[in-house]
Amino acid sequence: MEIIGIIIVAVFVNNIVFSQFLGICPFLGVSKKIDTAIGMSAAVTFVITLSTLVTYLIQKGILENFGLEYLQTITFILVIAALVQMVEIIMKKISPPLYQALGVYLPLITTNCIILGVAILVIQKDFNLLESIVYAISTAIGYSMALIIFSSIREQLALTKVPKAMQGVPIALLTAGILAMAFMGFSGIDQVFK
Amino acid sequence: MAKLESTFKNMFLSLFTICLVVAVLLAQVNKITAKPIAEAKAKKLENAIREVVPPFDNNPVAEAYKIPDGAGDSLTVYPAKKGDELVGFAITSYSNNAFGGNIQIIVGFDTNNRIVNYSVLSHAETPGLGAKVVQWFKDPSKPNRCIIGRDLSKEKLSVSKDGGNVDAITASTITSRAFLEAVNKAYAAYTHTIAGDAASGATTAGEDAVSGATTENDEDIASDTMINENNKTTEEENHAE
Amino acid sequence: MRNNIKVLINGIVKENPTFVLLLGMCPTLATSSSALNGMSMGLATLFVLTCSNLAISSLKNLIPDMVRIPAYIVVIATFVTIVEMVMNAYLPALADSLGIFIPLIVVNCIVLGRAEAFASKNKVVSSVFDGLGIGIGFTLALTILGALREFLGTGKIFSMTVYPENYGSLIFVLAPGAFIVLGYLIAIFNKLQKKTN
Repeated sequence: MEIIGIIIVAVFVNNIVFSQFLGICPFLGVSKKIDTAIGMSAAVTFVITLSTLVTYLIQKGILENFGLEYLQTITFILVIAALVQMVEIIMKKISPPLYQALGVYLPLITTNCIILGVAILVIQKDFNLLESIVYAISTAIGYSMALIIFSSIREQLALTKVPKAMQGVPIALLTAGILAMAFMGFSGIDQVFK
Repeated sequence: MAKLESTFKNMFLSLFTICLVVAVLLAQVNKITAKPIAEAKAKKLENAIREVVPPFDNNPVAEAYKIPDGAGDSLTVYPAKKGDELVGFAITSYSNNAFGGNIQIIVGFDTNNRIVNYSVLSHAETPGLGAKVVQWFKDPSKPNRCIIGRDLSKEKLSVSKDGGNVDAITASTITSRAFLEAVNKAYAAYTHTIAGDAASGATTAGEDAVSGATTENDEDIASDTMINENNKTTEEENHAE
Repeated sequence: MRNNIKVLINGIVKENPTFVLLLGMCPTLATSSSALNGMSMGLATLFVLTCSNLAISSLKNLIPDMVRIPAYIVVIATFVTIVEMVMNAYLPALADSLGIFIPLIVVNCIVLGRAEAFASKNKVVSSVFDGLGIGIGFTLALTILGALREFLGTGKIFSMTVYPENYGSLIFVLAPGAFIVLGYLIAIFNKLQKKTN
């Protein structure tokens, strides 16, 4: 039951984009076309799961054992950067088609604050390993959902007449604002599962 | 000076040196700030205790102990003493049923089952709605919602919508329910504490409180009719959640 | 010196990180629920930006090209950790309200962006001025956004009441308001810039 609560909250109630404000830069950057949005979503889901697992183990196994919690930020970002690089190299060798599909998004991911954000959040929330992984995956699902909905709206938006000063990012932000309002409607829905 | 070339040796040395310098620097800063960070945390707790119990001169944090809350977890009790006399308890409590999940509070009781004050330690409620919990139940000019001074041995707190005695925060009944749940939980721990120690001090002081408590009950009866009228509006407002 | 001042002004207006470069959107949206929060976040970023620009431009010849990105990340993360520790120690209330967005300054694209685009190519002094300029531009943008949201949402600016709170529209303090107010601000900035050009 606890796990279902975590999933519902991470996907809908506290949606990573619309209520936590993480990952906005790529959210605005790669959401012009549905295809790129799907590619980015897949890459984020893959990396976030892997990095949360690794950083969690490092936090519990090394940092907390040696009283080095204050090195958390610097360790996590380095681990994530190295991990993304490694995934890129391995993917290139093992599965060129997959690399073709996701490769271009991988370098963008290192500076995507969702990855580091989730790694830090699961520690702050005091989750155990299973909960952390579930949280990471559901956050990625929430992100993918937001990205795909948003990109399909933007594809339509490209065909409409928008005042000159509002073109591009301003109108995208307004659209995101309205979507965020819609997502507020989900708040409290997790009470049903208690 | 010319730029270093990207040979393996240079790359390794450069990164290694940077990491070494950084590690030493951070260790030093950590050494300097570790104490103030711990002090700031302790002070936050101490201030919260000071806010919710009558004036004391002991160190409640050092004398804190844990009491089981009957639901598999335990609450921390901070006894406040003036001289040798016990003047009250601050009890940290929580609920996981708030609108934003978890809410942590600290409630102060005197030795006669009365709430002295409360303080919200952490919450994730909606700003402008559930987040009003920080002040809402403290306003003495609104007796229907103020919980300060209530004698919990005579009434268990619950929101008026559930037929109880406390007006919920407008459009935030779930938050209010969770808050009162946490207060009641703290009181349960309090009764355990009282039963355990300080039995003599509590009973003698209890007699003085009776007169005050009855007048308060009269107010509650008078306000009950008003609460019924309010019920309709609270229910409508609930949809806003 | 005149050149340095030009770099400084450039960061505030022409290359304003929020309104023109559109970088660092996450902290911009998340921490601008009040003028004070926005300003504190801006100042924390300003500090990191200036220090990392200083460190990176003075070390630029000692860092081989192929490992520059990891080296920059280590330097930036160090200053972020210092800010985090100092805030926790001396301004705990503020650290609580900014929360996770302090460690996340590491991945703020503004900081790494300036290190790569400016500090690694320019002299120490002008890099510091660039850091200051961009930092001030970011702080100003966050403060304006925070003040507007606070004003529209709660009727206050820097916690001083301007009109009664009951008339405020709560949505501006909540998540959707962040997107909407920022969207309009960027549109206004676009319009103004076109006029001056």
